[in-house]
Amino acid sequence: MRAYTTARWIVLAVIGIMVTLLPELSPTYVSSSIALPTLTTGLCAISLTFLSTYGGLVSLAQTGLFGVAGLLAASLAVESHVDPALAGLIGIAAAATAGLLFGALASSSTGTYFLMITLALGEISYYLFSAVPAFGLHEGINAVFPPSWLGDPVRHPTAIYYFILLVAVGFHLLLRYLVRTPFGMALQGVRDDPERMTALGYNVRVHRTLAFALAAAIAGTAGVLAAWTNTRISADSISLGVTIGVLEAAVIGGMYSLEGAWIGAFTLTVLSIYGPAFTDRYATVLGILFLAIVLVSPGGLTGVLTSIDRRVRHALSNQQLPALADRGASEQPRG
Amino acid sequence: METRGGRRSTEGEGAPERGGAWARWRGRAWARWRGLLSRGQLAVGRSASVAGALAVLSAAWVFYQVFDAGLGESGNVPNFIIITLNALSLAGLFFLAASGLTLIFGLMRVVNMAHGSLYLLGGYIAWSLTSSLGVNWWVAVIVATLAAGVFGLAMEELFLRWNLGQDLRQALITIALSVILADQMLNVFGGTAQQVSPPDLLAGPVGLGIYDLSYPAFRLFVVGVALAVGIALWFWIQRTRFGMVVRAGIDDGAMTSALGVNVRAVFAVAFFVGSCLAGLGGAFGGTVLSLAPGQDQVFLVSSIVVVIIGGMGSLAGAAIGALLLAFVEQYSAVYLPSGFGPYSMVVTFVLVAAVLALKPTGLFGRPA
Repeated sequence: MRAYTTARWIVLAVIGIMVTLLPELSPTYVSSSIALPTLTTGLCAISLTFLSTYGGLVSLAQTGLFGVAGLLAASLAVESHVDPALAGLIGIAAAATAGLLFGALASSSTGTYFLMITLALGEISYYLFSAVPAFGLHEGINAVFPPSWLGDPVRHPTAIYYFILLVAVGFHLLLRYLVRTPFGMALQGVRDDPERMTALGYNVRVHRTLAFALAAAIAGTAGVLAAWTNTRISADSISLGVTIGVLEAAVIGGMYSLEGAWIGAFTLTVLSIYGPAFTDRYATVLGILFLAIVLVSPGGLTGVLTSIDRRVRHALSNQQLPALADRGASEQPRG
Repeated sequence: METRGGRRSTEGEGAPERGGAWARWRGRAWARWRGLLSRGQLAVGRSASVAGALAVLSAAWVFYQVFDAGLGESGNVPNFIIITLNALSLAGLFFLAASGLTLIFGLMRVVNMAHGSLYLLGGYIAWSLTSSLGVNWWVAVIVATLAAGVFGLAMEELFLRWNLGQDLRQALITIALSVILADQMLNVFGGTAQQVSPPDLLAGPVGLGIYDLSYPAFRLFVVGVALAVGIALWFWIQRTRFGMVVRAGIDDGAMTSALGVNVRAVFAVAFFVGSCLAGLGGAFGGTVLSLAPGQDQVFLVSSIVVVIIGGMGSLAGAAIGALLLAFVEQYSAVYLPSGFGPYSMVVTFVLVAAVLALKPTGLFGRPA
C-alpha cells in the first residue's frame, strides 16, 4: 500500500518535472506544436469545466469569447499598432464585458436551455466576426506577434511556454481558491438548488453572471495567447467545429474536476496531430470516443483514472470499498 | 453627513469611524457588493419600452429607405418586394427546420443537436436520388423525408431512450452523433457544394403582376409548403386524439403515463415526425440554397435561434421566430446605413437579447 502511494507520488512528480522542464527535455517541435496548443485549449476548456462543475452551466459560448479577445487583440496590435501586451489586456477586458452581457442574458436558465442560448450567442459572435472586414473575414489576421520579451513563439518557444504555463497554473489555482470562498460556495449552492438559494436571499442570476464573466475572462486570455502562439487568428478559429472541439476536450478529460480540462486538452491535441496519419476519418473516431465517454464514463478520463486508483488502493489495502465517491457513476450531469 | 453617519451605524460595528476615506470607501464598496450578491437586480429596467422603441425606429428607417424615392419603377419599392419575398421563403425554410426541433423539445425536453445533421442528410439523399439515379423530384423528397425520420428514430431508440430525463447528457450524445454524421457525410457526399434541381413544374420564374417583376416559382412554393406543414402540425396537435396525448405528455409526462398512455411510443412517434421535418427542410433547402459541409451547423444554429426567440416547444413560436429571424436577417443586410452592412449580425443579436431580456423563455414559451 505504501509502495503504491509512493509510486503514485513518483508518477505525479515525474509529470510535474516533465511539464516544468519540457523546453529543455524535448525538441522545439514538441513545445510549439503540442505543449502550447494543449495549454491554450486547456485554458479555454477549464473555463467551461469550471462553469459546468461549480455552476452547473454548460456553455458553448466559450470559443466565441475566446474569439472576442483574440481577434480584438490581434486587430489592435496588427492594424492599429497598439503594444501587443496592452492589446491583449484590452481584448481580455472586452471578453469579460461580453461575458457579463452574455451571462446576464443567459443567467435565468440552466441545463440544455443555457446550452442553447450560449450556443446562439457564441455563433452570432462567429458570424459577426466572419462578416466584418476589420477582423480579416475568413483569411483572418496574420503576423500577430506576442510582446517582444516573449520571443519568437515558433522557433524559440521556451519563454512563451513558461509564460503560458505560469498563466495556466495561476488560473487553475485561482479557480481552486475561488470555489472555497463564500462566493464559490454560494455558486455551488446555486448549482444544486437555485430555489432554496433564492429563498436564503442569494441572487441566483448575479452569481451565475459573475461566474460566467470570470470564465469569459479566462477564455479570452486563452484567445489572446492562442493568437500569439499561432501568430494568426481568424473567424474560423471560433467556428462551431472548434466550439465542439473544446467541449470534446472538456468531456473527454472529465467535467467533474478542473484537472480534466488539461488532460482532455492534451489528449485532443495529441490525437489531432497523430490521428490523421492513421485514418482519414479522424473526426469520426473522435466523435465515437466522445460518444463512448458520454455514454459509459461521464467522469471522462479523470473519472477512469480516479476509479482505477480507488480500485488499486482497495485491492492493496484489502479493506471494504468505501461508499462510491465517484460522482460520475451515481450522478448525471445536472440538467 | 448626519444621515450618512446614522446609516453607517445601523450597518453594524465597522471600523469606518476610525479609518480614513479609503477605509470608508472600501467598507461601502464591500457592503454594496454584498448587496448585489443578495438582492441586487440585473433586470434591464423598462426593457419592454426600449425594445418597442427600437422596433418602431428600425421599421420607420426601413420604410423611409423604401419609399424615399417614390413608388415609381426607378424607386426602391420593386427591390423591397423581392427582398420581402426572399425573407418569406427563408422564413419558410427556417420554420421547416425549427418546427421539428421544437416539437421534439416540447415533448421530450431533448435538444436534438443532431437536427442540423438530419437536415443535411435529407438534402443529400434528395440530391443523390435526383442527380445520380434520376428519380422524380417529388418522390426523392418523400424518400428523403422518411429516411431522415427513420434515421432520427434509430438515434432515439439506440442512444436517447435509455437516458430519458438526463437532458444534458442527451444533448452531449446528440452533439457527438452530429460530429460523426458530419464527417461521414463529408466522406460519402464530398466537400463540394451541391444543389438539387427543382421539379420542371416549378423550375421557372413566375410573373408577380406588378412592376414587371418575376420571382422563382419554387421559392413561393416553399412558403406554401411551410404554411401547409404548419397548419397540418397545428391540426395534428390540437385536433386529433394523438395530438391530445402529445399535449398531455408535454404538460405532465408522468401523469399521462399513469393514465395508461404509452408515453414512450408517443415520444418515438414525435421524434420520427420531428426528424422527418428536418429531412423535408433539407430537401427544400438543398433545392433553394445549396448542400455543403457546414450547412448542418448553419441550420442547427438558425433553428435554435428561432426557438429561443419563439419559445421552446411552441409551434406558433417557431412560426413567429422564423419570420422575425428571416426578416431581420434580410432587411438588416440591405437596409443598414451604408458601411454598416457587415454588422448585420448585431441586429440579430439585439433581437435575441431583447427577447431574452423581456421573456427568458421566448415569446410563446412557458417556464419549463
